[in-house]
Amino acid sequence: MVSLILIIATSLFFTGIIIRTKSIASGRKGPGIFQPMKDIVKLFKKGSVYSRTTSIIFQIAPSFYFASILMAILCVPLGNYLGVISFQGDFILFAYLLAFGKFFMIISALDTGSSFEGMGASRESLFSMLAEPAFFILMGSFALLTGQTSFHGIFSTLHYGSHISYMLGILATFVFVIIAMIENSRMPIDDPKTHLELTMIHEVMILDNSGFDLGLILHATNLKFAMYGAIISNFFIGDLSLMYTIPIFFVVQISFAIAVGIFESFMARFRMSHNPQFIFILTSVSLLIFFGVLLLLERFAK
Amino acid sequence: MSTLIEIFNLIALVAIILIPFLKVKGNGIIALTTIGIQVAIASIIAYSVLSGNPIDYSYTGSFITGAIPIRVDYLSAWFIIIISFTFLTGAIYGIQYMKKYSDQKANLALHAISYILAFTMLIDICMVQNSLLFLVAWEIMALASFILIIFEHNKKETLRAGINFLIQSHVCILFLTIGSMWAKIQTGTFDFNGITQFTSTSPALIGIGLFTFFFFGFAIKSGFVPFHTWLPLAHPAAPAHISGVMSGVIIKIGIYGILRMILLIETNFVTIGYLILITSVITGVYGVMLAIIQHNLKKLLAYHSIENIGIIGIGIGLGCLGIGYHNHLLILLGFGGALLHTLNHSLFKSLLFYSAGNVYQHAHTVNIESLGGLIKKMPHTAVLFLVGSLAICGLPPFNGFVSEFLIYLGMFKSLNGVDFSFTALMLFAILGLVLIGGLAMICFTKAFSIVFLGTPRHINIEKVEEDKKTTVYPLYTIVGLILAIGILPTLFIRVISLPVGQFSISTNPASVEAFDSVIKTSSLIGVYSAVFIAFVAIMYFLRRFFTRNKPALLSTTWGCGFTGSAVKMQYTASSYIRTYRKIIEPFLRVRKFKSEAVGIFPAPVHHETHPYDKVEHILIDKPIGILRRILSRFTFLQSGNVQAYILYGFIFITLIILIPEIYQKILVLIKFLNHL
Repeated sequence: MVSLILIIATSLFFTGIIIRTKSIASGRKGPGIFQPMKDIVKLFKKGSVYSRTTSIIFQIAPSFYFASILMAILCVPLGNYLGVISFQGDFILFAYLLAFGKFFMIISALDTGSSFEGMGASRESLFSMLAEPAFFILMGSFALLTGQTSFHGIFSTLHYGSHISYMLGILATFVFVIIAMIENSRMPIDDPKTHLELTMIHEVMILDNSGFDLGLILHATNLKFAMYGAIISNFFIGDLSLMYTIPIFFVVQISFAIAVGIFESFMARFRMSHNPQFIFILTSVSLLIFFGVLLLLERFAK
Repeated sequence: MSTLIEIFNLIALVAIILIPFLKVKGNGIIALTTIGIQVAIASIIAYSVLSGNPIDYSYTGSFITGAIPIRVDYLSAWFIIIISFTFLTGAIYGIQYMKKYSDQKANLALHAISYILAFTMLIDICMVQNSLLFLVAWEIMALASFILIIFEHNKKETLRAGINFLIQSHVCILFLTIGSMWAKIQTGTFDFNGITQFTSTSPALIGIGLFTFFFFGFAIKSGFVPFHTWLPLAHPAAPAHISGVMSGVIIKIGIYGILRMILLIETNFVTIGYLILITSVITGVYGVMLAIIQHNLKKLLAYHSIENIGIIGIGIGLGCLGIGYHNHLLILLGFGGALLHTLNHSLFKSLLFYSAGNVYQHAHTVNIESLGGLIKKMPHTAVLFLVGSLAICGLPPFNGFVSEFLIYLGMFKSLNGVDFSFTALMLFAILGLVLIGGLAMICFTKAFSIVFLGTPRHINIEKVEEDKKTTVYPLYTIVGLILAIGILPTLFIRVISLPVGQFSISTNPASVEAFDSVIKTSSLIGVYSAVFIAFVAIMYFLRRFFTRNKPALLSTTWGCGFTGSAVKMQYTASSYIRTYRKIIEPFLRVRKFKSEAVGIFPAPVHHETHPYDKVEHILIDKPIGILRRILSRFTFLQSGNVQAYILYGFIFITLIILIPEIYQKILVLIKFLNHL
């Protein structure tokens, strides 16, 4: 329950921090950190324009997407404090819930009959398919390391003992950061600020959404960012008490947001054709983690 | 119970004799009522077995067959239920699907007879435990399915696919026959228990060898790679309800066979587990990889059956490893996941095939590239197809998620296995299943969107209208079941625990503990699936509430300022998967035909790509090519001269008589030489 409240709170200003960081890095003052949220509230109040090509799918997809992300957030714990949903193998449910939302966003993009949105949908489905193995292998490695098969079990029993385990923690954080970037369509996979439809992924999928639906989609992205930030912060929390976990949580979230901002300020997007290779690197990094775990458990000797 | 089983077969016999004498309409009614009564009887049998009274009796049989034991245990009962339900929905759907062929009286009668025959034989296969009769039933079933597939035999394509099926199913029977003969020679009985006797007294390697023969046979039937090549040909050729039934249950009889052999053969199950698991992961990934690039909707679904057989196989492989390492949780999760996925797949795959049938009936094509925008004219079919797609991708809150979850959990729980190779195998399997899930999503977003969304590409859908009463409402019962399994999985897992119990000692405390933990987890999944549905519904109604007073304008799709007709600019199925196809190109054989535009006024240019199965090319086409070249040397024998053929017969008979004689003479000669 704690994690749910904290994630929702973070989602209100997460993108704001990214934008602020980027503004400062480029020498501007920039908007306040709650500006993205204000924009979303403004969108909620607006009417919409629908394409004549679209069907009911286009109208229901944003709500389904938003609901799936809220539901996925319920699975995320905070250190020793359970998420609302917690059982053996909850991370499988987590991944499949996100996939459910993605399924609807993809078909809603194709519902418009636009070639641009089809292009975005094609890329999104491929890239998320490529990123999925990394998540599962990562969770598998930690399941192997801790002997647990739930988010809560894994995070509350995760202890860093030897040098290898620290390295594993760093690698896992790296993998999760990149997964978060892919899932939220940020640099270096996708550039949310690009102005050419041909080079977009996520942005081009939602070209035809407007009003309330667009607000839902944008806020879903904020929530997703905060959710991944929460998972990353879990790597550093362990079984500390609430007094320490909440500050750690916010520190991790804010530094994650600043890191994303800095990253995006000083880096260009990859060529689209190189993205699959890059994403597949994640799987190899998570395999590295897996073998690191095997090394820790001294399984090779047997 | 024995009378019930006899009545079951008798009804089929009566119906088969009756059908040729009836009018077309009577045919349909008789076929449907027969299937209805038979399904009722089969369900009674299955229900009584599952409530704890396994059937075990024996007919005396003849001197050829020996005693004919009839044994219906939990495993058989589970498969009887699955087969019965899909055949019932298939019959109901088939009646209306066949209406447009009502002028082909004889053909329809044959079709109805084969349908009843196939159903009866499938149920008998589950019950009879005499390998000779098993093979006979198997053969009749294969022939009946062949006739079902070639319903539209005036099309050359259909006939080719049918003959391909016929040949491959006989290769399958060949393997099964060799396996049965081996056991029979060693034990002198056709009774299945002989197999247990034989393998428990011989070294493990013999058991593995025997299992391999049976596995190859059953793998051809169920479509494991590399024995899958008949599947993608046969499914598009058959009528929609036959494709649904075939993909839903007929290929599952192979799974039944594999499970039956695992129960019977006593050997080293670790090796068998490795064999099945590795084959299945390859099957699953390869199946879905090829499914994505198909542009024939039914062919795409057929490749997906291969993928799902892979998932079921992963479950079976895990279960075998569980038996091998005495891990009760793994047995339960592996076999439980496999059995549940068998039911699940039969539900959503038949649903998808029936919806594809609806598309075919109204749009007269299943070529994905020509379709589009059907959701506006066929909203119900679109919803049915969407539910099927979500379920087959294993997304919550539908049934596919539950069975895939069980298998995932089994793999994650056993990552910390006995040795390194086991851990590596689990990692490999997890990777495989994740890839299958991700690829399935690409495949079904493509299939659903291009067929139902956007604007029509090359068809006229102005006049299309759904016939709700017959083509849509019956299918919603399947949707109901799909949701029921998603929300109340414990109900089904409790039933499944009975057949799974046959694989381990179910009273063992470790097994009871495993069962409790699985029930607990799955009941939570059910609850969360319900919560998720509620969440989605609440979100949807909130959106409606907030947007009710807001203006909503209609306009054209944003086309970067382009305002003309954008129909031909839509993303097609090929363009949607282009990047993907580029990545997996090394695994494919894609034949490309491309003409370049030349000159100032270029003529129309064409660009065609035909993806082709590489495994089929290497394993089927090349050997057949070689065989043809060798056999073509003997074409002179085919003189077309009747006298010559009689001469061949004469030579053959003479040789048969002479060979033993000559053999004797040679022996005498050798003896004589030895004496010298």
